[in-house]
Amino acid sequence: MQLSLGPLQYLWPRQQVFDFYERMLEMPVDVIYLGETVCSKRRELNTGDWLELATHLAGRGKQVVLSTLALIEAESELKTLRRICRSEGFLVEANDLAAVELLAAQGVPFVCGHSINIYNAQSLAFLIRQGASRWVMPVELSAATLSDILQELAGQQLQVETEVFSHGYLPLAYSARCMTARYHQLPKDNCQFICMDYPQGLPARSQEGEPLFTMNGIQTQSGAIYNLLDQVPRMQAMGVNLVRLSPAPSGMEEIIQSFDAARRGEAVQVDTSGATCNGYWFAEPGMIFKSGASL
Amino acid sequence: MELVCPAGSFPALKVAVEEGANAVYIGFRDATNARHFAGLNFAGEQLSQAIRYAQDRGVKVFVAINTYPQPRGWSSWQNAVDQAADLGVDALICADMGVLEYASRRHPGMALHLSVQGSATNYESLRFYQRHFNIRRAVLPRVLSIQQVAQVAAQSPVDLEVFGFGSLCIMAEGRCMLSSYVTDQSPNTGGACSPAQHVRWQETAQGLESRLNGVLVDRYPEGAKAGYPVLCKGRFEVQGQVYHAIEEPTSLNTLELVPKLAEIGIKAIKIEGRQRSPAYVKQVVRVWRQALDQFRVAPGDFEPKARWQQALDKVSEGAQTTLGAYHRPWQ
Repeated sequence: MQLSLGPLQYLWPRQQVFDFYERMLEMPVDVIYLGETVCSKRRELNTGDWLELATHLAGRGKQVVLSTLALIEAESELKTLRRICRSEGFLVEANDLAAVELLAAQGVPFVCGHSINIYNAQSLAFLIRQGASRWVMPVELSAATLSDILQELAGQQLQVETEVFSHGYLPLAYSARCMTARYHQLPKDNCQFICMDYPQGLPARSQEGEPLFTMNGIQTQSGAIYNLLDQVPRMQAMGVNLVRLSPAPSGMEEIIQSFDAARRGEAVQVDTSGATCNGYWFAEPGMIFKSGASL
Repeated sequence: MELVCPAGSFPALKVAVEEGANAVYIGFRDATNARHFAGLNFAGEQLSQAIRYAQDRGVKVFVAINTYPQPRGWSSWQNAVDQAADLGVDALICADMGVLEYASRRHPGMALHLSVQGSATNYESLRFYQRHFNIRRAVLPRVLSIQQVAQVAAQSPVDLEVFGFGSLCIMAEGRCMLSSYVTDQSPNTGGACSPAQHVRWQETAQGLESRLNGVLVDRYPEGAKAGYPVLCKGRFEVQGQVYHAIEEPTSLNTLELVPKLAEIGIKAIKIEGRQRSPAYVKQVVRVWRQALDQFRVAPGDFEPKARWQQALDKVSEGAQTTLGAYHRPWQ
């Protein structure tokens, strides 16, 4: 089983991004996803920068995948997408069907990110026939559904790599509206990149103080961190190929090391000191946490 | 432009037809459509009667089979497609790729419309759906500015239908999981946003509280009008500030955009509200029929009448309306 670093969801200053990935080179992550998936206004790194970084990391032995925007609304965004899809030497992750359209037309293998709605074996088989070589299960789906899909696929003798989002704030929704700018009473068109003030998003709690959501610009994330650390053995048994860990501004090394230990069969314990959830995996509301449940 | 109206019940369907709908859209009484609420939708004899009622009066019937089946439920969606085809409806409104693939191969003569749940916000995505499933029309998510809608329309390989009025989704439709994060059902999985069985109202010393699966969504002081607890319209605390962090209760109303929508070539206007009452449908369809007829008669002169706006405000969430994402400053 491989460990992957998902695309950075937040807006960090340029140097912080480069420093982060330099540290990641020393970590036992096998696959690194790079690129802007949330907001095309973000410019700390432009497309050229991401491509250069990709080349650098790949040169040091990591498998690099270029990720793409989940919500595509403008011609300029399609232009950026076309440029990324045409770049040679890297797998591209499609987070919108526009990318699937472009990549399939080129006849190259590609990754379907968790924003591509694959809820059943029929849809997955269809996308495999278009060239999908890997898919990331939509975050609201359960182990039971995953198992059913993989079984049906095996019956049809179709091959694809399966990746599961396993640690981080869950991307739950995308909007035209920027919630971070809204909090600061700034219009999106003059947002002043205020989301950079929140390296791990801006928490929104219920009026009773319960963590509920995390606002990250136009993306709304869960208020609790999704953590499937104790499910790694089960995922290995099911044939999951990659577990995805979402970049965090601090503690990333510890997170990676715990998942590395888990995949090597060591006993691990989920850190529930902060708001933690795993409900989706158990076909429950996403926000809950079920402990001690396994095979 | 065609006026496409919601029908969650037979009375609502009749009213929509009477008030001048060009088409009505309905769902079956199960999880195959994204308004799977108790007491809503059609089955059995009433289903066939409803379809005949509309079609006999020259009104088209579209069936929404627009949720995403998981493996165990697959056959229900397949059966729904077959049943709708057998009933001779005018189009299926679908989202899931597997369902679209099945419908387009098994019933190649049946018109397929891409649901807003298909989350296609650009023309490359529309090309994808058109190329593989021969969709004839697509409903656009409510995340595009009117300029962006124009750009999509200029390059779209299919006819476009846009929401003109009704409850406003803030998040890109088809990829919103706020509801399942809190309640285990999303529009994609269970056909429901904020399912009713998880809603609770409680009078407390601090006011009327609305909860969704125990989560406090809002608190209303005495006398304030309480809305249905949808997570994107809740009041939350952000760094000490309590406010509508995502959006206030409001409804979409694009009456003033009618000339622009026609100019850019929009084929149909969709009214949201299958879960609303026949009284709502009557009010809304009547106003929109008048507006579209007025526009047809005098396109250069179109001005939404004050009484139209007042009638629509009365049936709007929070008694107010907005242009939503169509209007850049809203974003």
